[in-house]
Amino acid sequence: MTGLHIDGVSKSYGEIHAVKNVTIDVPQGQFICLLGPSGCGKTTLLRMIAGLEEASAGRIVLDGEDLTRVPAHRRNFGMVFQSLALFPHLSVGENIAYSLTLRGVGRDERRRRAEELLELVRLPGVAARPISQLSGGQRQRVAIARALAFHPRLFLLDEPLSALDAKLREAMQVELRQLQQRLGISTIVVTHDQREAMTMADVVVIMKDGEVQQAAPPIEIYRRPANSFVADFIGLSNILAAEAAGFDAVTLGGRRFRVDALPAGTVSGSKLLVSVRPEDVHLLPEGEERENSLPAEVTFVRDLGASVEFTLRAGETELLATVSPREHPGFVVGDRVLAQLPAAACVVLAS
Amino acid sequence: MSALLRNLLLAAVGLFLALPLIVVAGISVNQGQQLLFPPKGFSLSWYLDVFAASDWRNALQNSLFIAVCSATLSVSIALPLAYVVWHRGGGIARALFAVGLAPFTLPPVISALGFLVFWINAGGYGQMYATIISHSIFLVTLPLVTIALGFESIDRQLIEAARTMGATDRKLFATVVLPLIRPYLISGFAFAFVLSLNEYIIAYMVSGFTVETLPIKIFNALRYGYTPIMAAVSVIFVLVAVIVFSLIARFGDLPKLMGAWSGDT
Amino acid sequence: MSDVADIAAFQRHARPGLLLLWPGLFLVVFFLVPFGMMLATSFYHRIEGGFFEPAFELDNYARLLSPFFGKVLGFSLLISSLAAACTIAIGFPFTYFLTRLRRPAQVRWLVFILAVLSLSEVIIGFTWSSLLSRTAGLSNILVWVGLMESPQAWFPSFQAVLIGLVYIGLPYSVLVLYPALSRLDRQLPEASRMLGASPFQTFFRITVPIVRNALVTCFIMVFVFDLGSYLLPQVLGRPEHWTLSVQITDQALFQANIPFAAALAIFLMLVTIGLVILTVVVGRRRAGA
Repeated sequence: MTGLHIDGVSKSYGEIHAVKNVTIDVPQGQFICLLGPSGCGKTTLLRMIAGLEEASAGRIVLDGEDLTRVPAHRRNFGMVFQSLALFPHLSVGENIAYSLTLRGVGRDERRRRAEELLELVRLPGVAARPISQLSGGQRQRVAIARALAFHPRLFLLDEPLSALDAKLREAMQVELRQLQQRLGISTIVVTHDQREAMTMADVVVIMKDGEVQQAAPPIEIYRRPANSFVADFIGLSNILAAEAAGFDAVTLGGRRFRVDALPAGTVSGSKLLVSVRPEDVHLLPEGEERENSLPAEVTFVRDLGASVEFTLRAGETELLATVSPREHPGFVVGDRVLAQLPAAACVVLAS
Repeated sequence: MSALLRNLLLAAVGLFLALPLIVVAGISVNQGQQLLFPPKGFSLSWYLDVFAASDWRNALQNSLFIAVCSATLSVSIALPLAYVVWHRGGGIARALFAVGLAPFTLPPVISALGFLVFWINAGGYGQMYATIISHSIFLVTLPLVTIALGFESIDRQLIEAARTMGATDRKLFATVVLPLIRPYLISGFAFAFVLSLNEYIIAYMVSGFTVETLPIKIFNALRYGYTPIMAAVSVIFVLVAVIVFSLIARFGDLPKLMGAWSGDT
Repeated sequence: MSDVADIAAFQRHARPGLLLLWPGLFLVVFFLVPFGMMLATSFYHRIEGGFFEPAFELDNYARLLSPFFGKVLGFSLLISSLAAACTIAIGFPFTYFLTRLRRPAQVRWLVFILAVLSLSEVIIGFTWSSLLSRTAGLSNILVWVGLMESPQAWFPSFQAVLIGLVYIGLPYSVLVLYPALSRLDRQLPEASRMLGASPFQTFFRITVPIVRNALVTCFIMVFVFDLGSYLLPQVLGRPEHWTLSVQITDQALFQANIPFAAALAIFLMLVTIGLVILTVVVGRRRAGA
């Protein structure tokens, strides 16, 4: 079995359970993101994979080899820390070649490899400089180069881009992804930024309170959130209270709505949550009765330039609808409209 | 594995540091007059003697009085100096600050001799006030450094916010600055107090023949004959220090006072 | 509006002078003047009976250069540097581990260390002389356990003085090293481990070089501190172990030769200041690099 297999891993500090029975598979060459709010256990999980924390229970297996009890310095995993942790008393080249020095690699070979890595991260020729003379973005690249110097089996990154400004961050996300694809190395990134996760990852693992909420490719997470937490955490979402009515419909606001699918075994009349993305809400003028629609009043309009947001009120429920400027329906505050929720866009949530 | 090593080292050093204290505590409860360890018999009478025997009680009173006065004096010197350096800076202030740091960095014996010569010439030799003043100068470095640290830790934005609301310098000091540095004032006072209590050589040189403090009395006793009272006094000193620093730790942020960044661990 | 600003500006300018008056007065009169006097006194002529008259003679300094005091100086430097080295060898890893403890434990240790630090040399001298004595000391425990035949006195001796100096230096070294070690980025040793270094290698390749400044500063400060020990060599050692500071107190109080004591003190002060300047220079140079 190739790839990383995290098997029922838990971590407790006395009464506090930071990570609860997490099982994840990372096939060779895949890029996965651990995503979640602060305190969800994602960093603790990463540190256990790295060997910096000892798991209270469970196993960490790489390519069939059980690494749970192997100390960190023997796991051969490359890691980029949130603070980057570049050694201040060593030059750029010495930082990158540090792992090679430990492994007894000769001076010329070290120098060559350091240059090679600097080329890889697009920072050539700075090997002799002290760390203090580099910018944030440059240090970032040096940290990445250092972690990859010894051809690690796994590449771990703890909120690697959080110290960068927005524009640089966007650029680095793409670069990091491209680098990973080129090297084909299994990569795990911890982040709290959903945009980052959606951009870079093959699989996103959403965590909350130490447990995995959903592990799936980004688009699936977006379109088919497993529960209300995931639906709420990723992008914007309307989460509406409804009741089951038959096996492919719900009652919402007194009206019958067809939905994509109900979980197997749902009892008619039981309470549910339905998630609808704002961009899927179709706005029509009042009067034309349509299937899957709800009468509502426009309470707020926000023109963001790239999109227009309508806040609607239907009885007790508040809805958000987003349209592109080209399709601006021209409604203003106070207008009564019909909000149509297409069946395919209505996702019934597990909880 | 390294946790075991760590605990072993901590325990070993802790034992080394505590060893004399343990022995002295043992001696202090010895029933007989001799200094024996392990102690024969158990008696707390020596502790009572510290307060009962008039010469020891006298020395205790002297020590306490000198400690309180000199610590107060030290803080009264350190506070305005640290304030001006923080508020305005400037050459004179910084130069004085450096002078304030000097006494403690020099071996006490040098300062003691300097004070001896000074008071002989100034006429205060042998007087208690001479000891108080000498202590306050020698110990000024501690409150100075502590209070300076306190000023340094004040968020500038608080000052600016108060200014935009119309506070004058004096109001600012009374309502914003003072409450914020109060823990540092207290710990500076406490440091100076505890060290003055324990201080020997300056007190001895300046007025040792007329004003007997506890450390002086102990030293004299060392030369002329042991009794377990000395051990009892030593234990009391340790307890005072532990209580004072525990209080500081309880009401303040001790690691931060000693230089760590807050919020760590 | 502008009146308020003017008044504030005026207050600002008028203030510093007044506030600095009290500390300035005190520090100048009671610190700088005594030192000036001590310097002057070192040139004075000693009168039998313990006093002195103003003069200008270099006799006292000449006496400093005699073989006897040369030997005293040499011994003082030797034992202080040896003690400082031992202190750091123990104090450095100790403080490092201390800063890695959880906060409540750390605070407890700090209170303990501060309490030991505040003990006077007299009490430390007394307690260690008890510890090393025949009747009440450690050797009694060893006899009781069966490792020794009969109790022994382990002082006065060179080792006793060394132990005493290490004892007073240890809490002081913790105080000096604590800021640097507690501020050390936790992730640096972790990064080193991820790159393949064992904890041992990490300590010597990463931790030690990064805090090298603090270590050098600590050595110098503990060295000066030990040089200034005026009681321990006297209580725990034989006359051949008496250091410069002991001689100063001896000359001033028991030989009643204050001018000579002053000369010794000035000399010790110059050595101390020289070392402190060295510390600052080293610190500044490293910080700039």
